[in-house]
Parts: sequence; structure tokens; C-alpha cells
Amino acid sequence: MDNSSGNNIQQTAATSGQQNPADTGASGVRRKAVVIGGNRIPFARTGGAYARSSNQDMLTAALDGLVARFGLQDERIGEVAAGAVLKHSRDFNLTRESVLGSALSAETPAYDVQQACATGLETVVGLANKIKLGQIESGIAGGVDTASDAPIAVSEGLREVLLSVSRAKSLKEKLTAVSKLRPKDLAPDAPSTGEPRTGLSMGEHQALTTAHWEISREAQDELALASHRNLAAAYGRGFFDDLVTPYRGLSKDSNMRPDTTMEKLAKLSPVFGKNLGQGATMTAGNSTPLTDGASTVLLGSEDYARSRNLPILADVVDAEAGAVDFVHGKEGLLMAPVYAAPRLLARNGLTLEDFDFFEIHEAFAGTVLSTLAAWEDAGFCRTRLGLDKPFGKVDRSKLNVNGSSLAAGHPFAATGGRIVATLAKMLHEKGSGRGLISVCAAGGQGVVAILEAR
Amino acid sequence: MGDKYLNLVNSGITKDLAKRLGLPRPAHLRRYHPGAPLVTGPVLVVGKGAGADAAASTLLDWNLDVRRHSGPKEKLGAIVLALDAIEHPDDLAAPVLETGAALKGLQPGGRVISISRPATAGDPTAVAAARQGVDGLLRSIAHELRGGATGNGILLTDGVDAAATSVTGALRFFLSGRSAYVDGQFLLVGSGKGSVPTDWERPLAGQVAVVTGAARGIGAAIARTLRRDGADVVVVDVPAAGDHLADVANEIGGTALQLDITADDAGQRILDHALGRYGRLDIVIHNAGITRDKLLANMDESKWNSVLAVNVAAQLRINEQLMSSGGFNKSPRIVSLASTSGIAGNRGQTNYAASKAAVIGMVRATAPLLANQDGTINAVAPGFIETEMTARMPLATREVARRLNSLQQGGRPADVAETVAFLAGSSAGGISGQVLRVCGQNLVGA
Repeated sequence: MDNSSGNNIQQTAATSGQQNPADTGASGVRRKAVVIGGNRIPFARTGGAYARSSNQDMLTAALDGLVARFGLQDERIGEVAAGAVLKHSRDFNLTRESVLGSALSAETPAYDVQQACATGLETVVGLANKIKLGQIESGIAGGVDTASDAPIAVSEGLREVLLSVSRAKSLKEKLTAVSKLRPKDLAPDAPSTGEPRTGLSMGEHQALTTAHWEISREAQDELALASHRNLAAAYGRGFFDDLVTPYRGLSKDSNMRPDTTMEKLAKLSPVFGKNLGQGATMTAGNSTPLTDGASTVLLGSEDYARSRNLPILADVVDAEAGAVDFVHGKEGLLMAPVYAAPRLLARNGLTLEDFDFFEIHEAFAGTVLSTLAAWEDAGFCRTRLGLDKPFGKVDRSKLNVNGSSLAAGHPFAATGGRIVATLAKMLHEKGSGRGLISVCAAGGQGVVAILEAR
Repeated sequence: MGDKYLNLVNSGITKDLAKRLGLPRPAHLRRYHPGAPLVTGPVLVVGKGAGADAAASTLLDWNLDVRRHSGPKEKLGAIVLALDAIEHPDDLAAPVLETGAALKGLQPGGRVISISRPATAGDPTAVAAARQGVDGLLRSIAHELRGGATGNGILLTDGVDAAATSVTGALRFFLSGRSAYVDGQFLLVGSGKGSVPTDWERPLAGQVAVVTGAARGIGAAIARTLRRDGADVVVVDVPAAGDHLADVANEIGGTALQLDITADDAGQRILDHALGRYGRLDIVIHNAGITRDKLLANMDESKWNSVLAVNVAAQLRINEQLMSSGGFNKSPRIVSLASTSGIAGNRGQTNYAASKAAVIGMVRATAPLLANQDGTINAVAPGFIETEMTARMPLATREVARRLNSLQQGGRPADVAETVAFLAGSSAGGISGQVLRVCGQNLVGA
């Protein structure tokens, strides 16, 4: 990798003393981890086709589709990593249980990961790193989420009473414990997308960021429209034939609206940031709905893929996680990738110009557009990112070209796997180039990653 | 999908009742499973000439109990009636009457297999008459057999030796439970090509097969059977059937290829997958098919076009791409699913019957194109098969359809699959351009 091009970002990286990972790769110390392929079930709007499916059902189905596509029956995979954001306590071993229910060898180890909406991408990064280090030859990364079968907890009051009862030895002690129960304690505690430290929902947080960057309603609706059209077109030309396996009567993402229009999107009322007056621009049309679904990605060393005559779609080059202080209002909740991406690119000696595809997860249209706006803003890039010129402009013709979460839906932990498999196939079809993935996550976090075509 | 009537007339009080009332009594058919004996008892070889000698020698090689003369009241597993040397209708009498005398000893699930040569316009008139006579003879024997026994004929093109590989292959197929639902049919051996497998229980070992329409029904059964016989199987179906397809792939340790076979590049994608993952492609089974039934007077363009597109145009395009690719040229095997509707026609199925008849035409015209590479292409025409599709037929229609054949029952998807697997095997290398019905000698289009 050429480090002498005088780019400011590279200088930033150089002064931070970080290594260029491509150098170690080329020297043979570390080997490559490649994306072989992927499989997901169609994503379904919550309460729809998968209303009666559990996370384990869906993850198992996604694994079985992957096994069928690549002939992995009874094979011992190096490791399977997956996770869910909304998870029952009984699903502590969700991934391993799903493996046991799948057509894979029961001797395949597995572990659960949870990093909010970045879960799926983080499983890819973690397994790719193990492959690069030679710890495993093959891995399946994945994620699943259901808001239809979400865990509903008992209230804190009821929980305390129940625990007291279980500790009580005598009948009298048990009765005393039960007597502390109050009617309000019987109301269940349903999960929400609210941030524990601010009480604001993700949408309300993004509404603040969207307003801050003055992202227009029209721009958000345009992005949503493009997402639906791009996804529908990709289905139309059979792009997803080897990426998706039907499930429960669904063969395409049920949130997709191929025939939606700017006019239809314009009719929707704002649902987030309603107190912002003119700044209330976020609707159900330009925000992702609650979604159920699961995705998987087959990773391997080059030797693994070649020895089994499996395709090699892309290299997993590098990744970076980031986090922002949204609690004290220093930055928007979903803006962590804005900070992580420049660090990642600098470490790899790359600029935004070096990418052929950008996969920026559409949690909200406002998230994507705020991200792009921040990277183009000289003041922001100087003061927040420490760059002496704007990070750069993302060519919109390279952005989410086969649709993203606004159309496909966003089953939190499953989105990373969807994006990695989709991008890897796009890169392989193009035959050259790189793709940048950006996924924001709750807790002010985000993960970004680079794939390179094979 | 179960045939309750068949079970009723084969057990308990209802069995006696059916007997007394003279009701049709379909038998449980003798079906193949690995390890099953080839036949249930001694095999009687009737007739003189090369066919009889070759058959007897083959049967002895398989360690069967072979008789050249039937004893009184002897129980027999099969009768091989060699008529390949007859030159005049008068020559039929002796071997046919000897067969008749032995028929009463034929065990349930027994077999009568004729070996003869087809009559052609160039034959001396008496020879042609005699040879054609076998056609009516064998078909009538098949009608007369009971207890799940079947009668089928092997035809040897002039010039093909009676000991040709595919005569051996066809003889074994007809004797075994693999041909349980094939009845009253002739199979023409047109050349001495082909090879005997090293293991008759895994005749497709080392081969790579593609089965279209494999997500369920007959296609899934074909995939399972090819796998059982040793092949690596790529199962193909439309993306919308992908979940069932994945189940089949995982059950048989194959790979699933979600593909609409009407896509312009379907043949190339099939080839890419097979060569990419397995390094070879040996067998292609065109099973995918759809029905869009309507009386012709009510037929619309989309119903007509979609049936023709899936059932025959896609096969033509895929075959063309495979044959011109250079990747499908080492003794390739193609088997296409036709239908008895394509032979006899069927009310409300002008589109389907046209497409299935078209498949038969395609198969006949493609056979010579594959001959240079020792390839074969054949069609299998199922009759009434118990599938999810036929389970949805009205009860009365279904019952009538089931009984309108010599075996008085519907076939199973596995019965079709066994015939497909036989034609896909190396021992059928001398059989090409043929249509073999799996219909229990259905009266329709017989």
C-alpha cells in the first residue's frame, strides 16, 4: 500500500502509529478471510408472516438454506457466530441451539454476539479475524431478530416479589413476600427501542440529528424511494436467487413497496421529532419498520474455499468500531460510523474515492443523509474528525445500489449479514473494486468494514 | 395420498368381501430397496436362439436359479420369453404356450419379460408379422397378470447383439422392483453402447446429476433415488420453492440451486454450478413442469404460453446450451419427463399435452445429436402418480383414474424415479430417443 501520497488522513493514521494491515497480509504473516456466500430468509414486517416464529426457528432456517446452497450437510464448521438484539433469557445459547437444529454437524461450535444493530457485522469481523489468524478455516456469521416474538419481562416489582418467594423458607415468609405485590406490578415490561440513558427512542434521537444537519423531508423520501426501487429491481433480475431462501410462504421482503412514489411517501405524517415543527421530517416511509428475519454469511480461508470448490466473492479487508457520547448531547446517537470510517480508511491508505460501492445501513433515511452531510462538511471534519479538509463526498450512484433497510426492513442483528452477502456478490459480479459498509447501532455505537472484490 | 382401498382389499374381512364380490383387488407392488433380491424365485427362460442363451447366461452370472424347462406346479419369480429368433407367426405357438403353462406358477410380484426384435418395413413379410405379433402378445399377457406381476418387452434393433449391455441393463431393470409400476411396455435397445456398473446397488457412483423441479413430488423422489444410487445431486427449482428445495438438498447431501429454468441463461447457470462445485456434469433430469388446465375454448395466452415455456421451451434452450458448452460431453445422459397426456391427450390439457408431446419429439430428434459422445436422451411418461397434485383431485375422479390400469392402483413418485435412474445409468447407454411409460399399463393412450 502506498503511504507516500501525502493524503492528510494517511498522515493522521501514521501519526497515530497504527499499522497498515495490508502490509502484514502481504508479508504472509496473516492470511486472507473471504466471503464465500450468504443466505437469509426474506425479511417480514413484525406481526406478519413470521409472527409465530422464534429467533431460533428463523436462524435455523437461514442456516439450513446456507447449508443447502453450499452442500455443508454434516460438515463441522470452524465456528458459528450469531446473535439477536431482542433475546429471551432462555435463548442464552441461541446460536449453538440453532446449529444443533440445523443440518450442520452437531460438532460445530457456536457463540452468541450482541452489539445492538451492529451484531451481524461484528460476527463477520470476529470470525474473519479468527480465520486470518489461522484459528479456524471456516465460519458462519449471522444474526436474527424478531419483534413479533419479543421477550416480555415481568415488572421490576413482580420480579422482586417472585425472587423473595423463591428465597423464603416457611409458608409465612412466602405469604409475607407475596403480600408486597401491588396491582401495578402485574403490568408486563415490554422491550422498547428507547435508550436507557436518555429515555428517547432511536427515532427521536435521529430526529434531532436530522434537524441538526437540516436534512429535508424530500431528500429523505427520495432515498426511501430509491431503496424500494433498487431492491425491487434486484429481485426482478434474480440477484437474490442465491442470497435468499423463502420461509413460511414469503419469498421476498414483505416491507418492499416496488410501486411506491414520491407522492405516496409525501402523504405520510411525521412520526418522530413532532415537537420540531418544520423540522419534523421523519415518517414511517423514510424510517425502517420493526422487522423479523435472519441472515447468515459463509466465511473461509482461501484454502478452505478452494479445497471445496466453493466460490470466493470478496475479501474481508478490515473493520473498525466506533462510539459517540450521545448521552451528554455531544453527538447524535447514530453518528458513530461517521467517526469510525475515516479512521478505518486512513489505516488502509484509502479515501472515499477508492470505493465502488457504499452500503450505509438505512436505519432512517436521515441517518444516511446526516452521515453524508457530515463527511462533506469542512468544519465538522476539522473539529470533530481532526481532518484538515472534508472527508469526502459519497457518489450517490454507488450508494445502496440494490436497496437497503428502508425497503428490505431491519431485523436488527440480521442486517449486517444481509449487507455483507449482498455487497460481496455485487463486488464479485463487478470483478474488481472495494465496498464500504457502515452500520450504526444503539448505545451510540457503529461498525464499519471494507470488502474487496475477488 | 394413501390408497385406502388398496389396503382394505389386502387385509382382514374386507379382503374376503372384495374377493366374493369380485371387486378389483390391487396388490401391494414389489418395490426395490437396496439389498432386495432381484427376483422372488427361479427364472424360467423360454425360447430358442441367441436371446434365450444370452439371457440365461446373464441370469446365471447373477447367481439366479435359472430353468430352461418348467416343472409341474413350480413357483417361479420370472419368465423370460425369448422370441428374437422367430421368423413366422407359426413360430410363436410353442414358446407362448409353454409360457402360458408356466404362468400359474408365477409368484406375486413376478415378471414376464419378452425379448424380441422390432418389425420394420424392410423385414420379410412373415418375419415382420411374427415380430409385430409379440406386441399384442406381451401387452395382453400384462393385462392378464395379477398379484402385482408385470409384463414388459425388450426390443433389439437388428444388428444389436442379444448380449448387448443395455439388454442386460433392461433385463435387470424389468426383473427388479425398480420397475414395479412399469407394465405392458416395450423398451428398444438401439446399440451395443453402455457399460455394466461395478456395483449394481450404486450404479451412479461418481456421477453428478441435476434434477429440475426437485423441491417436491416426483422431482424430489428422483433426487433421492439418484442419490441412493450413488450420484452427487444438484437440485433445482424456482426461487419461490427454495425452502422445500433446501430441505431436499439437506436430506440427500446435495446442493440447492434456486433458478427459474425459463431464464435465458439457465443452462449456463446449471453448468457453472455443476462444474464449479463438482468439476463435472453427467446427468440432467428435466422434471420441472406445470399445469394450467383449461378447455381450449377458454384458454388464454398466459396459460398457454407459460406451460409451453416451462415444459418444453426451457428444456430445448438448456439442452442447446449444455450440448454446445463442451462441459457436458462425456457419455451425457438426459431424461425428460413426458406424460401419458402427451401420448393420449387429455380434456382440458391442450397446453400440457402439447408440451409433453413436444418433449417426446424433442427427445427423438436430440438422440442422434448426442450419439457421437455416447450420450443418450430419453423420456419417461408417468401415468397416474400419487402426488400432492393428484391428491387434490375430486374423490370419484381420482378413484377411477387410479383403477384404470392393469395394476389397478396409482404409482408412487419413487416408481417414476426408479425408471429415470435406470435410464440415467451407464447400463442404459444403448437406449436413446425412447419413451418409457410408468403407468401400470394405463388404458389411456395404451
